[in-house]
Amino acid sequence: MTVQARPHERRREGSPWTGMWAVLAKEMADNLTSVRMHILEILIALTAVGAVFGAIQTILETVEQDPFVYLRLFTVGREPLPAFIGFLGFLVPLVAIALAFDTVNGEFNRRTMSRVLAQPIYRDALLFGKFLAHLFTLALVLTAIWLLIFGLGIVRLGVRPGGEEVARALWFLLATIFYGGIWLTLAMLFSIVFREPATAALASIAVWLFYIAFWGMLADVLAQIIAPIRFGFPEEFIRQLEWQLFLSRLSPNTLYSEIALALLNPATRALGLVLPIQLSGAILGTPLPLRQSLLLIWPQMTGLIAVTILLFALGYVLFQRQEIRA
Amino acid sequence: MAEYVVETRNLSKHYNGVVAVDNLNLRVKAGEVFGLLGPNGSGKTTTILMLLGLTEPTKGEVRVLGFNPVRQPLSVKARVGYLPDQVGFYDQLTARENLIYIAKLNGIPRREAYRRIDEALTRIGLADVADRPVGTYSRGMKQRLGVAELLIKRPQMVILDEPTQGLDPAAAVEFLNIIRDLKAEGITVLLASHLLHQVQAVCDRVGLFRKGRMVVEGTVPELARQVLGGGYRVRVIARGETDTILRHLRGLSHVVEVQPKGDMTYELLAQRDVRPQAARAVVEAGGELLNLDLEEPNLDEIYARYFETEEVAHDRAGKAA
Ligand SMILES: Nc1ncnc2c1ncn2[C@@H]1O[C@H](COP(=O)(O)OP(=O)(O)OP(=O)(O)O)[C@@H](O)[C@H]1O
Ligand SMILES: [Mg+2]
Repeated sequence: MTVQARPHERRREGSPWTGMWAVLAKEMADNLTSVRMHILEILIALTAVGAVFGAIQTILETVEQDPFVYLRLFTVGREPLPAFIGFLGFLVPLVAIALAFDTVNGEFNRRTMSRVLAQPIYRDALLFGKFLAHLFTLALVLTAIWLLIFGLGIVRLGVRPGGEEVARALWFLLATIFYGGIWLTLAMLFSIVFREPATAALASIAVWLFYIAFWGMLADVLAQIIAPIRFGFPEEFIRQLEWQLFLSRLSPNTLYSEIALALLNPATRALGLVLPIQLSGAILGTPLPLRQSLLLIWPQMTGLIAVTILLFALGYVLFQRQEIRA
Repeated sequence: MAEYVVETRNLSKHYNGVVAVDNLNLRVKAGEVFGLLGPNGSGKTTTILMLLGLTEPTKGEVRVLGFNPVRQPLSVKARVGYLPDQVGFYDQLTARENLIYIAKLNGIPRREAYRRIDEALTRIGLADVADRPVGTYSRGMKQRLGVAELLIKRPQMVILDEPTQGLDPAAAVEFLNIIRDLKAEGITVLLASHLLHQVQAVCDRVGLFRKGRMVVEGTVPELARQVLGGGYRVRVIARGETDTILRHLRGLSHVVEVQPKGDMTYELLAQRDVRPQAARAVVEAGGELLNLDLEEPNLDEIYARYFETEEVAHDRAGKAA
């Protein structure tokens, strides 16, 4: 006689979240007290202060009235320093990778994995707890930086930030956290795949460098190969540009900089390729309301989140199947 | 109540082709100390991981405290304490902080947890250094901290994988006392170890593993009877005609083997305590009995004999092929 397992018998007992808060609290505490994080916090704070001071000086030198002067703190640079958003594009991945590259393999190397998993929790709780702890840490650091920037602005510019500015800055903060989330999950994935934390860190940094330094060039070259210009028709140019745009959007950096552009520069009416017809009726230079800007960046935001979920799911599956024997 | 705390039926684990555990039928009774013995790679750790639901069996069934570790891992892990063979802690945290984390994962309320932690640290002799980072601990101290962790869980059963590995002799003895205390509290203990005299000292029953199978199991005298052919070893020291004495001793019933050691000592391997008969035999052989004692069957010997004969048989089979 064969006994057919009934569905409710096959299901795991209890909740996968049991113990997640304990993991989260411990990991948060670890993150916030680790020397590694302190170094990065100092680095990012110094960069912010430097870049924003430069921006403030540039802004004070221009006489023009600007309704979005606080957003300029992020986008205006002063030679030789680039604008703060230029720094964010690579500082955020760096912080995220530094937080997460030894998430899982570190636990194996310290030989704590089997002890922790022998407690009444599921692996889900461990992975989610660690991910959320990293994400909250990142959010905490970035929020502190945003406050610092606005504080500097209030002191040096002498005007109060408007509601629209604050709302846009908050959305930009959220987008920055999501952008960091991608790099967090990537580094976590590598920490599951590679037993050596150094290898995981190196692999994460390799991906990051690839996107920062090479993907732009590669997208150009690929677009030229896929959609060559043979006869010089305008359609051919447009097709090639579309390909180039599509390919470059496969990089989280492109998505993030498009979001930054739309949020911090309210005059942005469209992202990517803009044909003159699409602009008919629009008065160039007038700012878009926040709602419109959000609609504009919605695909990019969902893209960032979708990739994060995808990477996390992949890591989750690999981690569930991993032998826990040290 | 289930009589068996651990019960496996045809439990097997294959790692891409490698058979780590092969149709294991293991039964551990409530309240006993059960020893898992066997050479490296014989499947002890794999078995333990399956009991805890940390590895999924390829086939077969497991019950631990009446729960199925595959479907009810939380129930099993809430009641079973596990000390892995290589125990590690968060080095930057203190012993107390490490234990607090474990208590939280077990959902023990904070006040209760603090009470249990203090109690466990005192009992294990780490109370003085409890607020030092674990990174500064010696290996033995970490091992003891591992036991403290077991205690705060108040388990019904503990599984120890080579717990005395790397401990100094005094610490090892201390460790064995802890195991005895656990048993006295009614906690079932499953102990995997390579240190045979320690296993013999604390275990009620022992299972011998070989290539993923449990080849023999039972109390040490039972094993001795199965493997050595006799569970009792009687040492006779007698003066007199060696050949005559030997002949008389060999003639006794229940004696499996007699070996002369030196010119006055004889070692008897028997299925029961044959001291009175041996004394009479010496007298009948015209000898003078100087000394007579009974030795407990020795696990070292059983182990050596078992795996030696296995290897010999294996070699023969290899040559024949
Ligand atoms: N992840 C794995 N992949 C492949 N084989 C494995 C894996 N884990 C264990 N094995 C194999 O399973 C067998 C049993 O290993 P196990 O660790 O259970 O032995 P053990 O009895 O605990 O040995 P030891 O006394 O050395 O601790 C070994 O042959 C080992 O090589
Ligand atoms: Mg082992």
